[in-house]
Amino acid sequence: MKRLFSQNRHTIQRLGFTAITLIAVVTVLPIIGTVIFILIKGGSAISWDFLSGFPHDGMRAGGILPAIIGTLYLTIGTAIFSVPLGIAAAIYLAEYAKDNQWTRLIRLAIINLAGIPSVVYGLFGLGLFVLFLQFGTSILAASLTLSIMTLPVIISTAEEALRSVPQSFRTVSISLGATRWQTIRRIVLKEALPGILTGVILGLERAAGETAPILFTGAAFFLPRLPNSPFDATMALPYHLFVISTQVPEMPIQIQYGTALVLLVFVLTMNLIATVIRSRARARRQW
Amino acid sequence: MEKNLTFREFLVTRLIQASGYSAIVFVALIFFFLLREGLPTLSEVDISSLLSIRWYPIEDYFGILPLISGSLIVTLGAALIAVPFGIGTAVYISEIAPRWMREILKPLVELLGGLPSVVLGFLGILVVSPFLRIFLDLPTGLTAFTGSLLLGGIAVPTIVSVAEDALDSVPRAYREGAWALGATRWQTIWRVTLPAARSGVLTAVMLGVGRAIGETMTVMMVTGNAPVLALKLGSLFSPVRTMTATIAAEMGEVANGSTHYHVLFLIGIVLFVISLIVNIIASSVVFRARKRAERILS
Repeated sequence: MKRLFSQNRHTIQRLGFTAITLIAVVTVLPIIGTVIFILIKGGSAISWDFLSGFPHDGMRAGGILPAIIGTLYLTIGTAIFSVPLGIAAAIYLAEYAKDNQWTRLIRLAIINLAGIPSVVYGLFGLGLFVLFLQFGTSILAASLTLSIMTLPVIISTAEEALRSVPQSFRTVSISLGATRWQTIRRIVLKEALPGILTGVILGLERAAGETAPILFTGAAFFLPRLPNSPFDATMALPYHLFVISTQVPEMPIQIQYGTALVLLVFVLTMNLIATVIRSRARARRQW
Repeated sequence: MEKNLTFREFLVTRLIQASGYSAIVFVALIFFFLLREGLPTLSEVDISSLLSIRWYPIEDYFGILPLISGSLIVTLGAALIAVPFGIGTAVYISEIAPRWMREILKPLVELLGGLPSVVLGFLGILVVSPFLRIFLDLPTGLTAFTGSLLLGGIAVPTIVSVAEDALDSVPRAYREGAWALGATRWQTIWRVTLPAARSGVLTAVMLGVGRAIGETMTVMMVTGNAPVLALKLGSLFSPVRTMTATIAAEMGEVANGSTHYHVLFLIGIVLFVISLIVNIIASSVVFRARKRAERILS
């Protein structure tokens, strides 16, 4: 009787483990499938002309250069605002902030920023940057909107990286006569750099792939030339993919898959770089 | 020299402090500008007509109930898919998978979180919705269910990473104690580890659902965009339209300052408040603080 019971328990465990493993497989397979599917379907559309040409015939032919350049501009613009601000905020939280009500409020604000729907960021950008500050639908307005959306990712990963630097590093530096800021700049930031970089890239990756926040703040349906100032609107890869897959009738399927592929490669490359930096830093860490 | 150094130190400290507080400023700014553009609605449209079931802005029908019901049904469907798969995968990664498998799976799931939602929507239009139309024999593949399926995919990475974190932070001694008492690994997972990580797993579910309700591009592309009241379970297999998709689809075409424009901002306020509530509740579960404490103790 006792043996039967214990056999039963182990059968249940085997069944349970199989079920959970199956669930994990069903969750992960579509991810790999999606990436491979787009790589195969889009691969044949990729050519030098596609990457370096302008769209023509109502976007049904030609290349996607302005969308690629536009996404680059937006990503760089986002980085200019969000990276210094995000890292400074992380330094404050990790190195200066006391554990009081204000700090708790800051943390709550960061969590809320992370949860606000992307389309609401779009509304906010329209209200503040486009209309109130009169930047117009422009790279500047879109970049500012995206950078506020990116901030929480950068702040929380950078803070974690700063906190993982052992306290003794700071103690030694201060005891050698360095000021607090000198210690942070020359010792703590240097040690935390790989972790901060990972967070920055993951944040920018999200910004590069977003569509909703730039819909009304900076994205253009079609432009015959490249933008030449931050006050111009721009085409962007995610918005372009949205446009050609829903708004343009009789759009050749090749160009759609090709655009999806370029966007995916753009985002995955950033993801890969972040992963590599993180795992190399972990392997090299001596403390 | 000495004085110069102190002054620079002072300046830098102030700058860093200001950056720290900027997050609060941004949340306040967002709320302020949503209110500024959205509140005029209340003097332009009756509350009763806002709470009606007809959304047809061209003829000044601004009933937002169909949009709210659309968001709810799509999100509910997404939660029903994402919660079992998300928690299951988290349990697998944290409790069952061998170490090398874990090193592969975690980045893969993170990668799903990084896939642009417009790419998922694109695949939804070209692959998922035609498949569902034929497989379920529907008149159109662009339904709430299609949206739920893809939104589930968007919520899963959030659920997996937060829940996995929570499971991982359960001290090893708890598990060892259970094993020593003769429990199998399976029993330990269900009766010890998961209950101990309960609050973190709950946070994971809330954050995942929060992401799903705010998702825009994917739902706009695959749910068919029909603003009809969705109350029956059958509505899951007909076209609906969510709050987020309505804003994204219509904001580009309205005149700034018109009633329609103000109503779209009002919907933005509703979304903002929902995300605020979800996040405040999720973060009040003091799981991070406990996690650190337990790491130090164990």
